[in-house]
Amino acid sequence: MGYLGGFLVSLRQVGRKRRVTTQYPAQKAPKPARVHGRHVLNRYEDGMEKCIGCELCAGVCPARCIFVRGADNPVDDPVSPGERFGFVYEINYLRCIHCDLCVEACPTQAITESKMFEFSFTNREDAIYTKAELVVDDEGRPRQQPWEDWREGEDLLTSAWMRATSPSGSAAYEGVVGWNGELGYGVRAPEADQEVKDAVTTSPSMIDEHGGHGHGHDDHGTESDDHGHGGH
Amino acid sequence: MFGGDPLLAGNVDLAVVLIVLVKVVVVFGLLLIATQLMIWFERKVISDLQNRIGPNTAGPFGILQTLADGIKFFFKEDLVPERADRRVFILAPLLSVVPAFLLFSIVPFGGDFSNGHDGSVELFGHTTYLQLADPAIGILFALAMSSVAVYGVMLAGWSSGSKYPLIGSVRASAQMISYEAALGLSVCAVVLTSGTLSTHGIVVSQAGSGWGFVPDWNVIATGFVPFVVFFLASQAELNRPPFDLVEAEQELVGSYHTEYSSIRFALFFVAEFMNSVTMAALIVTLFLGGPAGPTLIGPGWLWGVIWFLVKVLVLLFVFVWIRGTVPRVRYDQLMDLGWKRLIPLSLGWLLLLATFWVARDQGWNGFLTIAIGGAIGLVGYLLLKAAIATSRVRRLEGVVD
Repeated sequence: MGYLGGFLVSLRQVGRKRRVTTQYPAQKAPKPARVHGRHVLNRYEDGMEKCIGCELCAGVCPARCIFVRGADNPVDDPVSPGERFGFVYEINYLRCIHCDLCVEACPTQAITESKMFEFSFTNREDAIYTKAELVVDDEGRPRQQPWEDWREGEDLLTSAWMRATSPSGSAAYEGVVGWNGELGYGVRAPEADQEVKDAVTTSPSMIDEHGGHGHGHDDHGTESDDHGHGGH
Repeated sequence: MFGGDPLLAGNVDLAVVLIVLVKVVVVFGLLLIATQLMIWFERKVISDLQNRIGPNTAGPFGILQTLADGIKFFFKEDLVPERADRRVFILAPLLSVVPAFLLFSIVPFGGDFSNGHDGSVELFGHTTYLQLADPAIGILFALAMSSVAVYGVMLAGWSSGSKYPLIGSVRASAQMISYEAALGLSVCAVVLTSGTLSTHGIVVSQAGSGWGFVPDWNVIATGFVPFVVFFLASQAELNRPPFDLVEAEQELVGSYHTEYSSIRFALFFVAEFMNSVTMAALIVTLFLGGPAGPTLIGPGWLWGVIWFLVKVLVLLFVFVWIRGTVPRVRYDQLMDLGWKRLIPLSLGWLLLLATFWVARDQGWNGFLTIAIGGAIGLVGYLLLKAAIATSRVRRLEGVVD
């Protein structure tokens, strides 16, 4: 049809059942596993906070949206294992760009990013999340604020990925992203979809064999235990 | 001066004035509702063509979406830029929306035109046409109004005191003025065929059908070419895609209405869609027989309204279909199409048509006349091509800029 062929292409779409639209507030499109959402401050299994008030996250933040002040742990009732704890912890979500650099900077994996980003606060005070709002509850789950829109199960898998691939140094996991274990969620299986296609030393078959199965869990379990002891 | 409407032919008493007033209110209301439905229709159809859903929350099938948008516009802050020329800035949207309203007043939207009826109806003992006004200048009024609308666009851009609106308005006025020539020349073909300027007369001349089934529409009587030219030129005149360079967001933000907000922007928006409806109605009037059509059961004037609405709706769908399919043309392509294709084509066709009618009146050999006319047209086309080619060569050589 030459010039007029395009008219048939668009006309053929009329009345089709399949549409690209997601009816957003009613239903949500699935989010990628590594979406950067709002932060949580994690805790250990014994309820101790992981944050040690080192302010590295505040230092690395390019948007300068994190405010941390550390304080010495009370001797009789310590908040975190070790000497210091995060006394004040505030993140201003009007400035945060969700770059995840704070997560990378954190030495104790205290701050991670969840997948939740759908909030609409109506004043600036709500936009500044304080420690009470950021710290996870006793089960290790993020606390839902009134202005946040989550659905069932969206707070799952809130932990961020590890900074390094193959965190324990095992050659089988070269080029494979590992996840840190979090209270309430356990450890996620290492993810095999990054760098597989251009990994030189690791064959994809090896990754399929180990990734996402028992070995990976053990490996990372000890890894996070190490961190716990380090904190003490 | 008031033309052929029998309502105003005799004594003008209170009843006549009241009938005219009722007609004004009805046409005004219908046009507003039609515009609102057109915006909804366009959004719905274009989403269908683009595999989307479109508005579906406000009212059934989202039909009240436009109403919601309109209410929102009223409550928005009305900004006037500091460097704007205040008076002209406020005047411009009105210059754009008032012609859009006036344009519809000459469109016949109903009446019985079948079996030799002249489309008049009885209202409270008075005979009248189902159109607001039937001036003797008829279709010239439409051309005049669409020219006045250019002022709205141009002054809006100029008075904004900002560069993108200015560029956009210069583009818009250049585009509208150059396509008005093609538009006017194809209207001439219709006027030549129908023998009258009055829109009612044009519709009457298209009533009935040849051999029982081929409608006597001008689209056939003028030989299809003026219809195509008018259709393309009307899209350019309306600034609709693919000729919406005026509103090329990537280049010009929002063009002439960049600095407008609140209800002033809404006026431009309404004028644009109202012009789409009116232009479809004008095409129906000029080329597709207006409200003329067969009467099945019931009163004839109602069938006139139904045929008119059906034809307008089909045309509006085609408008949206074109928008959903064709990508925007470049500015030089736009000007090439206007000046080098549509204007020569409609001019040549008008001459050929005039020759045809003269030949019929004088009783010349029709075939021979058309053959000679066609040959002259071909020579003219070749000369035009040669002229364009020569000028291009000279431009490339750097003889002229």
